[in-house]
Amino acid sequence: MANAETDLKDLGVRGESDFLPDGWELVCGLEVHTELKTKTKLFCGCANVFGAQANTNVCPTCLGLPGSLPVLNERALEIAAMIGLALSAKVQASIFHRKNYFYPDMPKDFQISQYDIPLNADGYLILPSGKRIGIERAHVEEDTGKITHLGGASGRIHGAERALIDYNRSGVPLVEIVSRPDIASPEEAREYVSELRSTLVAIGASDGKMEEGSLRVDANVSVRPIGETPFRTRCEIKNLNSLRSLVRAITFEAHRQVAAYLAGEKVTQQTRHWDESAGRTVALRNKEEAEDYRYFPEPDLVPLRPSEEWIEGLRSQLGELPKERRARLVESLGLTDTNDQIETAISVELYPFARSALAAGLDPKITVARCANELASLAPLDESFEISWFVELLRMETNGEVSATQAKSILAEVAKNLISPKAAQERLGFSQLTDDQLTKTINEAILQNPKEWERFRTGEAQLQGFFVGKIMKATSGKADGKAVVRILLATAEQR
Amino acid sequence: MSSRISPKEVAHVAMLARLSLTDEEAELYASQLSSVLDHASDIESLDIHDLEVTAHPLGLVNRTRSDSVVSGLSQAEALSQAPDEAQGMFSVPPVLGEPS
Repeated sequence: MANAETDLKDLGVRGESDFLPDGWELVCGLEVHTELKTKTKLFCGCANVFGAQANTNVCPTCLGLPGSLPVLNERALEIAAMIGLALSAKVQASIFHRKNYFYPDMPKDFQISQYDIPLNADGYLILPSGKRIGIERAHVEEDTGKITHLGGASGRIHGAERALIDYNRSGVPLVEIVSRPDIASPEEAREYVSELRSTLVAIGASDGKMEEGSLRVDANVSVRPIGETPFRTRCEIKNLNSLRSLVRAITFEAHRQVAAYLAGEKVTQQTRHWDESAGRTVALRNKEEAEDYRYFPEPDLVPLRPSEEWIEGLRSQLGELPKERRARLVESLGLTDTNDQIETAISVELYPFARSALAAGLDPKITVARCANELASLAPLDESFEISWFVELLRMETNGEVSATQAKSILAEVAKNLISPKAAQERLGFSQLTDDQLTKTINEAILQNPKEWERFRTGEAQLQGFFVGKIMKATSGKADGKAVVRILLATAEQR
Repeated sequence: MSSRISPKEVAHVAMLARLSLTDEEAELYASQLSSVLDHASDIESLDIHDLEVTAHPLGLVNRTRSDSVVSGLSQAEALSQAPDEAQGMFSVPPVLGEPS
């Protein structure tokens, strides 16, 4: 265990809070960068889209050409403030700064960011577990261009022959959300990012796609003996492209640091890169020099002074946040805690269906189950899939017009052909048989099974199932079981 | 002349700004920058605690543009400024730092 290069598979990779050796604890804070869902970039009118042909959404401003000037995107500012409000932060007067550094991903040789006075300060996020994670700040900045290293064995910088740059991403609006070091386990880090992502998606700030880089996470990791108050040296881990990487990287890094201390070594403050395939973090550079960004106020942009009225207008656009959605479903179901079905049903795509069905007074248990199971399995749903169709189908199922099995088939048919549940029911031949039709079928069954009928009529109740089975078979399952029983009993009374 | 900034610090800042200075230049600038900092320190000595911070000389706030797309440069126009190009991208020597 004292070997700093211990293989990850030997470590507690499940991420529980007691994953470290006895007497040690994790201190972790996360920096989450989210690209904002705007039409254009932060300081120019170039389109903000992912996956366009290289260097086709660029202009003199985002290429940093001489004489160009930045002008702030109104919508980006609104979304940034909404993020602050969703995180219960203070939305305050702020200014932009230049963060100076030389790297070809930023052709101006500085990034416009916010420094000592961010737009949003002092917020928090409550996790589904109830844990409160403090948010130090959530500030606005521009994204950088994307560099691809050409040549060399792995496409990485070492051995690369050229660096190729696409500036389409340069100037895309970002909000960087910096948590306080309140995260005590890798699992909690996963929970935090997951809840933060749901929140950003719910308010329409981000599409939350980690795999496309629209949500990026850096982790500040340190460890200390339990009971020690001051923080020890931290390392910043980059290249966390999935929740799985996040959990694995924090687990590895915390163990590496504990092992170093146990071996009597020091931990150096540095930036480390997570190597997913090797399952370890590797040192990139020592932090002190890299941090010398010579921030100064951006003279080309004027200060932001949000009015109360503007802030309240944005607050009213927030809608129901994931924590409120979760609380609503937990309460509707009469539960005290969330579960997997609820967590699925509160997703941005499914929740409007659940919300409408509940508002229509439908059974919460069926509503949540159909959302989390059947509807989720049909996702992504076509845009013209109407919420009212889902509500109507649940009503049909609740009223006993269709069985649960039929309801599931109808839902699949609705999603496939984008037709109403009534039309799907028709198409599948699930239309209910009339009482007359059922009576006729029941009479035929009685004629064919006189002995069984006599036993049923004289009180052998267990033969009810025998007859229901016969009717279902005769009608290819189209009969409503409840109606069959009703008519069977009525017929037995009469004879 | 007091020296508020050493030639070594000047050399460090020059490195951050990717400026190449000779030792003599570093000495010279250390002395010149020190006098600038002296001036700043004169201002610092004034009692300004009841003045509002001036973040920008114009006094304007909240200037924004609407979020509508404006067409920019074509790929060819953008790359006309590149030292070299490949695959529609700016091509430069590899830079040590962060892997992308």
